[in-house]
Amino acid sequence: MADNNVKLQVKNLNFFYGNFHALKNINLEIAPRMVTAFIGPSGCGKSTLLRTFNRMYELYPGLRSEGEILLDGHNILGRDVDINLLRAKVGMVFQKPTPFPMSIYDNITFGVKLYEKLAKTEMDDRVEWALRKAALWDEVKDKLKQSGNSLSGGQQQRLCIARAVASRPEVLLLDEPTSALDPISTAHIEELIHELKEDYTIAIVTHNMQQAARVSDFTAYMYLGELVEFGETDNIFTAPKQKATEDYITGKFG
Amino acid sequence: MEKFSNNQQMQRQLLLDNLFRIATRCFAFLVLALLVGILISLIIGAMPSLSKFGWGFLTDSDWDPVAQKFGALVPVFGTLATSFIALLIGVPVSFGIAVFLTELCPNVLKRPLGIAVELLAGIPSIIYGMWGLFVFAPMFADHIQPMLIDNLGDIPLIGLLFQGAPMGIGVFTAGLILAVMVIPFIASVMRDVFEVVPTMLKESAYGLGSTTWEVVRYVVLPYTKTGVVGGIMLGLGRALGETMAVTFVIGNSSRFAVGLFEPGQSISSALANEFAEATGEFHMASLIELGLILFFITFVVLACAKLLLLRLQKQEGKAS
Repeated sequence: MADNNVKLQVKNLNFFYGNFHALKNINLEIAPRMVTAFIGPSGCGKSTLLRTFNRMYELYPGLRSEGEILLDGHNILGRDVDINLLRAKVGMVFQKPTPFPMSIYDNITFGVKLYEKLAKTEMDDRVEWALRKAALWDEVKDKLKQSGNSLSGGQQQRLCIARAVASRPEVLLLDEPTSALDPISTAHIEELIHELKEDYTIAIVTHNMQQAARVSDFTAYMYLGELVEFGETDNIFTAPKQKATEDYITGKFG
Repeated sequence: MEKFSNNQQMQRQLLLDNLFRIATRCFAFLVLALLVGILISLIIGAMPSLSKFGWGFLTDSDWDPVAQKFGALVPVFGTLATSFIALLIGVPVSFGIAVFLTELCPNVLKRPLGIAVELLAGIPSIIYGMWGLFVFAPMFADHIQPMLIDNLGDIPLIGLLFQGAPMGIGVFTAGLILAVMVIPFIASVMRDVFEVVPTMLKESAYGLGSTTWEVVRYVVLPYTKTGVVGGIMLGLGRALGETMAVTFVIGNSSRFAVGLFEPGQSISSALANEFAEATGEFHMASLIELGLILFFITFVVLACAKLLLLRLQKQEGKAS
């Protein structure tokens, strides 16, 4: 059965965009209730890797993966997997805030309603719970009926995190969640990541190495579709084993 | 200050700027003037009929050129019924086409299917009319109509709509032909607006575990509602005013009948049929009043669409 210290295990993963070999033989293990950061220059495959964890790539023709990704010991790349259930278990937040064109309240309940039947009061509780988790409750509690688009960029992104959290996923994928935000909103989100990791396994892709150093417990450095180095964040940033990793994090390259 | 006071050149620029502003304003107001002009000339032309028949014109179903007695109920009903049928069938089908083309279609099929839809929009309406009369109507009369009459004719209330002789032509057939004609319009507008939905927005809905239907229903549609309603209105506009194809297949009878299989008349088909041979002051004036009513219907429809959009926006929540 599943190893208790591994939430996601990637085994010999290869990924192709048509003929382009985007991920080459990736092997790594993501620990539960930890933050794992993926860093590397643009085009290194870190977002692609993240998008295999919820099979988002399957929306597009010509993309395919080989190998195995085990979530709690169960291969999620298998044919028998219900993709929608998988995505409900593995939430995702994107580079830009993507509030749905509906009220703040409805934004939060959107994912919950897909898989749970809750009474009005339970739903209200869930909305409050999710918004509190995303540290947004105090700012929006009086305007839940307003459009999600009426919030500021940083608030919108926290709304998206609340939305992802509301359906109680086990894993949260954050794809450069702060790349479109100002420093203060970024600090908010980073604090949030610290709190969320008590309940969730988090994988974050980031271009910002300081951010990776600040928020993550483990870091993976990727380059040209290969996993160059993977280990505890402290080790990666203070004593990288590979020259390439050192060059990248010290800014000599990339 | 020498540099900044080249008076001659500055005056020239000012003059050109002013000319440009006046010219564009003239063009914009020309539209308004045309609209008002058409409205006024319709009202003047319809005056004899307006003053003679009053509001009764709308509720009277007699259309008797010999007795010089005119009522608009039959053509108004025909216009509304055919357009309603056209949208009832056309909107869901167009929606399906647009969703398939944007969300589900394999890349190889995307272009050919898209072009086919656009070509369908380019077919002249008289060809739809001929096809409807010579190909579709006989087929419809032989195979589909008897079945509908047998199965639906006995249901209370709704059954009234599906009674009558299976002749092939009539209000229902006109509605079907109109549906085929409006589908390419609505479908291509819907496809275009669906395509501008940001990929990331759709992905975040998929990322929560939504099915394609849920993504389209709860994210794509609300995001594109203005465009979708606009597309439907474009189709409705075409259906309301379409003349040639409808005249071919509607049956052109001025007798009132509720049944959709009965021959009827739409405003535009009545105008096309009778304008050349209108006799007497009231016949012509009544026809012009029909035109005025069509104008009015279109206006009301557009106004309703705007109101609908406002209400939808309120539901979404204030974007203060």
